[in-house]
Amino acid sequence: MIPPFETFYETHRTEVLRYLNSRLGGQRAEDAFQETFLRALRAYDRLEHADHLRAWILTIASRIAIDDVRRRRPTDELADEAIWHEDARPAFEELAPFTDGLPPKERAAVVLRYGYGLGYDEIGGALETSEAAARQAASAGVRRLRKEHA
Amino acid sequence: MTTFSPELDERFRAAAAASGLLDVAFDILPDTPVGDLLVGVTDQGVCRIHFDPDPERELESLARQFGPRVLRSAKPVERVKLQLDDYFAGTLQSFEIDWDLRGLPAYNQRVLAELARVEYGSTTTYGALAKLTGNPRAARAVGTVMNRNPIPIVLPCHRVVGANGKLTGYAGGLDRKEKLLRLEGAML
Repeated sequence: MIPPFETFYETHRTEVLRYLNSRLGGQRAEDAFQETFLRALRAYDRLEHADHLRAWILTIASRIAIDDVRRRRPTDELADEAIWHEDARPAFEELAPFTDGLPPKERAAVVLRYGYGLGYDEIGGALETSEAAARQAASAGVRRLRKEHA
Repeated sequence: MTTFSPELDERFRAAAAASGLLDVAFDILPDTPVGDLLVGVTDQGVCRIHFDPDPERELESLARQFGPRVLRSAKPVERVKLQLDDYFAGTLQSFEIDWDLRGLPAYNQRVLAELARVEYGSTTTYGALAKLTGNPRAARAVGTVMNRNPIPIVLPCHRVVGANGKLTGYAGGLDRKEKLLRLEGAML
């Protein structure tokens, strides 16, 4: 069962704020914090299981942090390590070296799909895009990887 | 070290409520004359009042019944809170709040709707309520519906007593039932 949003929020809010403070700091981090949990709230009733809620919320936070930085420095080429890493996860460690070269959105979709087994609905929620677009990003990422590693 | 400011927390909770995305907003009203109360509201009205709340259990029950987007947020609950304050102060006799009984069996909804008509300061019996809802011999079933009333106080199951005038039972404990009836000046 998906936990009540209150429980989810209480469990992850400190870590999310700490992460956003490290990426943005100050008022920008606070705005991004609110946007992160509002975006999660919007997608929350479409979640089908509660297996990867931490990865999910931190991915949402990282997308918002990236967008915020982009908005302020539109000419910067952002390194995709801006995507949040949960280094302790073996699935991610196995995938990370292979996905380094992907554009951030495709990389996030591939890692969430194949590293964490999230559904496309959840990935769509995390990347603030539709289920179909999430599916497309993941398969574009996989195609690109096949080409690179062929 | 990340400090988590109460202002940031309240700001998010208010924004979440304003977004219209919550299935249930709830708040805990501390130290009412009948103890701490958990009050839950949906976009349709009050859906839960719970004595001695064990939030974890209550929130899961609310999530099962109404959806997982259950969050504490004071603003949506304020209207109910103010009316409860007035009720406990003795200045309000009839709540002007819609209620949300979605998910309850049709029979429970029918009995609770009948219960809502029992007036402030008066009492009725399980048998009388059974008769009004179509089955005079269903006093025991009515008792069960009262016991599972999700919105006590607003839906006044404390006004239902045994045929002999005894208080009989109350999910929140007989002390509370007696307290509420005395507050209303009901003849005991």
